[in-house]
Amino acid sequence: MKIYLKIWRQKDASSKGKIVDYTMNGVEGDMSFLEMLDILNEDLISKGEVPIEFDHDCREGICGTCSLQINGRPHGPDRLITVCQLHMRSFKDGDTIVIEPFRAKAFPVIKDLIVDRNAFERIQQAGGFISVNTSGRTVDANSIPIRKENADKAFNAAACIGCGACVAACKNASAMLFTSAKVSQFALLPQGRIEASERVQNMVRQMDLEGFGNCTNTGACEIECPKGISLENIARMNREYLGASIKG
Amino acid sequence: MGILDSKIPSGPLAEKWTKYKNEIDLVNPANKRNIDIIVVGTGLAGGSAAASFAELGYNVKTFCYQDSPRRAHSIAAQGGINASKNYQGDGDSDYRLFYDTVKGGDYRSREANVYRLAEVSGNIIDQCVSQGVPFARDYGGLLDNRSFGGVLVSRTFYAKGQTGQQLLLGAYAAMNRQIHRGKIKSHTRHEMLDLVIVDGKARGIITRNLITGEIDRHSAHAVVIATGGYGNLFFLSTYAMGANVMAAWRTHRRGAFMSNPCFTQIHPTCIPVSGEHQSKLTLMSESLRNDGRIWVPKRLEDAQAIREGKLKPTQLKEEDRDYYLERRYPAFGNLVPRDVASRAAKERCDAGYGVNKTGEAVYLDFDAAIMRYGSEKALTSGLKNADDAHIRKLGEEVVEAKYGNLFQMYEKIVDENPYKTPMMIYPAVHYTMGGLWVDYNLQTTIPGCYAAGEANFSDHGANRLGASALMQGLADGYFVLPYTIGDFLADDIRTGPIPTDSEEFDKTEKDVLDKINKLMSAKGTHSVDYYHKKLGKIMWNKCGMSRNAKGLKEAIEEIAALRKDFWENVKVPGAADDKNQELEKAGRVADFLELGELFAMDALERNESCGGHFREEYQTPEGEALRDDKNFKFVSAWEYKGKPKDAKLHKENLIYENIELKTRSYK
Repeated sequence: MKIYLKIWRQKDASSKGKIVDYTMNGVEGDMSFLEMLDILNEDLISKGEVPIEFDHDCREGICGTCSLQINGRPHGPDRLITVCQLHMRSFKDGDTIVIEPFRAKAFPVIKDLIVDRNAFERIQQAGGFISVNTSGRTVDANSIPIRKENADKAFNAAACIGCGACVAACKNASAMLFTSAKVSQFALLPQGRIEASERVQNMVRQMDLEGFGNCTNTGACEIECPKGISLENIARMNREYLGASIKG
Repeated sequence: MGILDSKIPSGPLAEKWTKYKNEIDLVNPANKRNIDIIVVGTGLAGGSAAASFAELGYNVKTFCYQDSPRRAHSIAAQGGINASKNYQGDGDSDYRLFYDTVKGGDYRSREANVYRLAEVSGNIIDQCVSQGVPFARDYGGLLDNRSFGGVLVSRTFYAKGQTGQQLLLGAYAAMNRQIHRGKIKSHTRHEMLDLVIVDGKARGIITRNLITGEIDRHSAHAVVIATGGYGNLFFLSTYAMGANVMAAWRTHRRGAFMSNPCFTQIHPTCIPVSGEHQSKLTLMSESLRNDGRIWVPKRLEDAQAIREGKLKPTQLKEEDRDYYLERRYPAFGNLVPRDVASRAAKERCDAGYGVNKTGEAVYLDFDAAIMRYGSEKALTSGLKNADDAHIRKLGEEVVEAKYGNLFQMYEKIVDENPYKTPMMIYPAVHYTMGGLWVDYNLQTTIPGCYAAGEANFSDHGANRLGASALMQGLADGYFVLPYTIGDFLADDIRTGPIPTDSEEFDKTEKDVLDKINKLMSAKGTHSVDYYHKKLGKIMWNKCGMSRNAKGLKEAIEEIAALRKDFWENVKVPGAADDKNQELEKAGRVADFLELGELFAMDALERNESCGGHFREEYQTPEGEALRDDKNFKFVSAWEYKGKPKDAKLHKENLIYENIELKTRSYK
């Protein structure tokens, strides 16, 4: 396949970026999207040019590092996968592909396709935990029975990989899906109920401080989420937040 | 005992750890505030250690190359975590977990360390549940278990196929709580480039800020290396792309001994290589072997027809299939340990029975499991007259609930539906049992420098059992280091902050800068990946699933030549004082090019077959590994002496007082 690429290049956080055109020949369907970029970079290096920087690590869809906006969609055209799981068989000969970094005020560009997602870190640090010591001197694991339904729902929320696709997909660059996934996981478990009010208030406050937008229920985040995190989590967080605010 | 003093406490096996904890020095809470600890790597071992140190009151600085501690490669562990809870009442105990681990490791691990691991394993589950880790549960609300290779009980706790993710997020949450309190300073996108030693003790590290390229000095009273394994030496592996040996290797260069580098785990169930463009391999969890049956065609002509696309696996009748693991190992069947399963797959493929285009793949078939689960489901749903199609549908739903994410991952990569046609799998590099030598305290041969998790060599001998890596990482971090590091730090309560303007820091930083300058100024013709791929090919072909003296000798020569070529002809574009992924890779590959040679030397030295180390010269007539306990019942510990070929071998003799050494049999 012959593929035409339009890729965002930006030297560093303070420089202005622009789209640069590249043409790739001999692309095979079995190649992953990132392997195609590897080959392009090898080519650039051999020509003495500076290769394109992009974030990636596990290349099996679980670490949440890769973060490309492909033809306007976070993680590209396929659903329920990250960029690293996208294969070139999803494209056809002669296609033009536009590759940009995730765009959001709270995710400044570091270089080329790499963005700074530390805002997510600070939201988690504000309350994304259960305040239990790590001494191991807790109760026996089976002394806390949990309804399978709730355990499964908590797991589904906890499956978030923190990639930021929800923010990149949202026209308001809202981080509600990300934040609500953590709030939900703990709110659904008896261990997490104890600090549920403080948690939701602290995490939401930090989320707002970071400059993420508000949620207007368009649902784009759920559609683009590689792990299928449900909008129900946002509803649950809103309930938790309201409840916590009334209690004061 | 000489320089290799394992410091194993005296007394009966089951009492060693308790007795030891009662006797070690403690640091009082007020003094802990004056003591700093550096933790490099934030996976299960590093993350759990950092959180626990901070909670005890120490000042902790963490470092990881990823943009968040949550992205460490522990996150990719799929299947589960072992613990001797005996919730299933199937006869499990600390002793049995200990025994299985030592036997699974082919009698090349330390009894006392492994027993301690088994002893704290139950606590890990308690701890994680209180942190809100959503383990799988049954309908009664209690925790569910499954089985893994090499054992006859069900002791593996899991969270679908994402157990590593959930456990890591638990440790990450514990870290976040301490970051929030200001007790941990987390440095992300930072890479450790060297260890600083002051008066014989590890007192700091030199790092590179991967965004700005700045070289920084960080001091502490102790340094913990928890940076994982070195399987990326093989280029193609199930490791994350950035996983590397830099922190461990540079610690080795500063005096920490490297143990058993040739003990590598080649995991039997990975998605086969598809072409030259391939950058990494993907694991299909061992938990699939609970339900999947592994087979190749019985007849060579059928295998050939399948390879040529003329025959489909589903067309092959039951009696024309060779379920070779069930045939060779009736007691354990498809759940033999990983080393045994991998070699058996290689044996069939080498004999011409491989089933994909390259001839390097076998089938993992869920058909029987789908029908079995389907019938069960039909029965419990009161469907008496369900036809096969209906039963199949019900069965597929059960399998999806158990392994859905794995099946989806497979389909995305291979473009085939594994519910309808058997998966194709082949072994791939997955884990390294070798690593920095540590004593019972997890301290390396450098005082004040500790190694935890996959970065150390300690618990898995020559082969790790499934679901034991997560157990070891968390045991080291949550329950071992927080005690043992205090014993060392008790001497440091009056030391005060370690200055970074000393001669030792100056000199180490200069070494680091010289190395970077050398890489940037080579201005050669080949990219870093060119060398990495070449190294990987040498390793896979000559130091992989089976090894022989001739190949290993060739590998030693070839790697040394490749390393020379690398330093003269590598091409690193861009600048050193900038974000530069090629420079990051270059530093990592430079270290792999040294480790690779030591790896081959270690494999050549060990004239026996044990666990993942299979020397063709040492096998039984049936092709099983032939151990030599008389001459090789030791841990190799290599001392750095300038060039890899000058490394000096030390041996720690392994003493078995509680387990009788036997030929490992899974028949």
